[in-house]
Amino acid sequence: MPKTLVEKILSNKVKHDVKPGDTIVADVDFTACHDGSGPLALRLMKKRNWDGVFDPKKVMFCTEFGPSPAKELSNEHSLIRNFAMKHNCYWHEGGTGNIHTHLLEDYVKCGDLIVAGDSHTTTHGALGAFATGMGSTDMLCVLRMGKTWLKVPESYLVQVDGELPKGVYSKEIFLKLLKDIKSDGAIYKALEFKGSTIESLSMDARFTISNMGVEAGAKVAIMETDETTEKFLEKMGRKNDYQKIKADDNAKYAKTIKIDATKLEPMVAAPHYVENGELVRNIKDLKVDIVFLGSCTNGRLEDLHIAADILKGKKVAPWIRFIVIPNSHKVYLEAFKDGTFTTLAEAGAMIQAPNCGPCMGVHQGIPGDGEIVVSTQNRNFKGRMGNPNAFVYLASPATAAATALKGYLTDPREVL
Amino acid sequence: MLKGRYEGKAWKFGDNVSTDSIAPGRLMHLRSNPEEFAKHVLEDANPEFPKNVKPGDFIVADSNFGCGSSREIAPLIIKLSGVAAVLAKSFGRIFYRNAINNGMLLIECDTGKIKEGDMLIVDFDKAEITKKDDKEFRETFNLQKTEKVIVNAGGLLDYISSNNSLDDI
Repeated sequence: MPKTLVEKILSNKVKHDVKPGDTIVADVDFTACHDGSGPLALRLMKKRNWDGVFDPKKVMFCTEFGPSPAKELSNEHSLIRNFAMKHNCYWHEGGTGNIHTHLLEDYVKCGDLIVAGDSHTTTHGALGAFATGMGSTDMLCVLRMGKTWLKVPESYLVQVDGELPKGVYSKEIFLKLLKDIKSDGAIYKALEFKGSTIESLSMDARFTISNMGVEAGAKVAIMETDETTEKFLEKMGRKNDYQKIKADDNAKYAKTIKIDATKLEPMVAAPHYVENGELVRNIKDLKVDIVFLGSCTNGRLEDLHIAADILKGKKVAPWIRFIVIPNSHKVYLEAFKDGTFTTLAEAGAMIQAPNCGPCMGVHQGIPGDGEIVVSTQNRNFKGRMGNPNAFVYLASPATAAATALKGYLTDPREVL
Repeated sequence: MLKGRYEGKAWKFGDNVSTDSIAPGRLMHLRSNPEEFAKHVLEDANPEFPKNVKPGDFIVADSNFGCGSSREIAPLIIKLSGVAAVLAKSFGRIFYRNAINNGMLLIECDTGKIKEGDMLIVDFDKAEITKKDDKEFRETFNLQKTEKVIVNAGGLLDYISSNNSLDDI
């Protein structure tokens, strides 16, 4: 039987052919927890008098809200830091990146089964991995036993073809998909992305799409691997982690969704739902208070470059708080070295250490009542950024930069 | 347990109630103190809910309840608030796993004809929902095999403890 990417990877993991609907128990190749999911998993571990992990070389812990903004969180950080040190697990301190950037830069291999304690674990589908997020109890099960149970999902094929027009990026591909299938459009399903547009994207851009997979409810958001994947892993010093992963030609999909990339235009998701896609050119005179360029969705080097190109030699509007948070320490250092940070800082950006920042309303940049935020993150739910009385628009880095420059929601084609 | 008969009031919510609405990120510092956090459960979606919810009440939502993040504190504080079960047209899948892992009852069913304040009777033995004051109303539901196994064990960790393995789940 011809297989989808999901059927291929999971059949390979359990060493027999699986089909959608099957319940399987499979070994996890790598796992990670952050300061959101880790502390509860470790408290539950202690309560059961369990100690230690199945294999410290397959386990990473990190803090995302570091340096810590509150004493309660500092104590949670100590809990997972001490555990990681005691058991020789991989450890990344808050302020050096978010969980997904650590995973994709240092750990995830093509064809892996990845389970991590964060919903945006779908990000690693861009590396041809079956990667999905779970909560603390499931994570404890993985930490102790190195395995998890899964229901093999049906796959939807998302076929994206054509050249992206000027001012349009991978963010628009996913916002358009969400507008079409809605945020419950792929619950319990797998999204498999294919087509000439996907092939033309850099890894930085592909990660944006897979990252947002969970916003449509998907279990995984996976892509075939190619030369771009191989070059990325080589750049990360992990050439041997590359493997060609390809779906069979006649694989059966529960549904095919087509997106014509040539017809896309700059788009935002309006408050308070990710499925509220609207063309930027149709929203007039929207004065903005905060622009946030960062998060695990769009804080990579390419994203910073797109913003710097728009802002070079210019200043952001005087009323704008323009917050820039690079995705990882690697991105941070590269943006220092190549002058990107100088360009952004000269334009008026506040550049912060790599962490999750205000995306989840915990840290550095919470909006006030009635304030309008344009953010490159993945969620605009009511209250998401720490204030249920604020309004968050999700956008590409180009739309974010153009908006910072003008002070009003701005179509990036006006400034490119 | 997925057995027996539960009676309580319906609190109605719409589509796409996210874990940010159930357990806001701005209160992340309370995650180590779930009892305190439970005083804020769903307050951004309905400020009356945490103040007036009674043990045995039901949350009744439209589609995609619990969409969003993997934070397990979301189903935990719903459980702490005394809610007997959550009924929705569909659930965010991580929320779904988190809830059943904690032995919480979730029912996927057509909630379109249930209104705020309806007195519901949920009967797990008959797998049906009826209303106390409306003899015409009857909805049936199916439970997933894995959900039954995990919830009836008292949650995933109890299941693992008593079976010493995950392999036959």
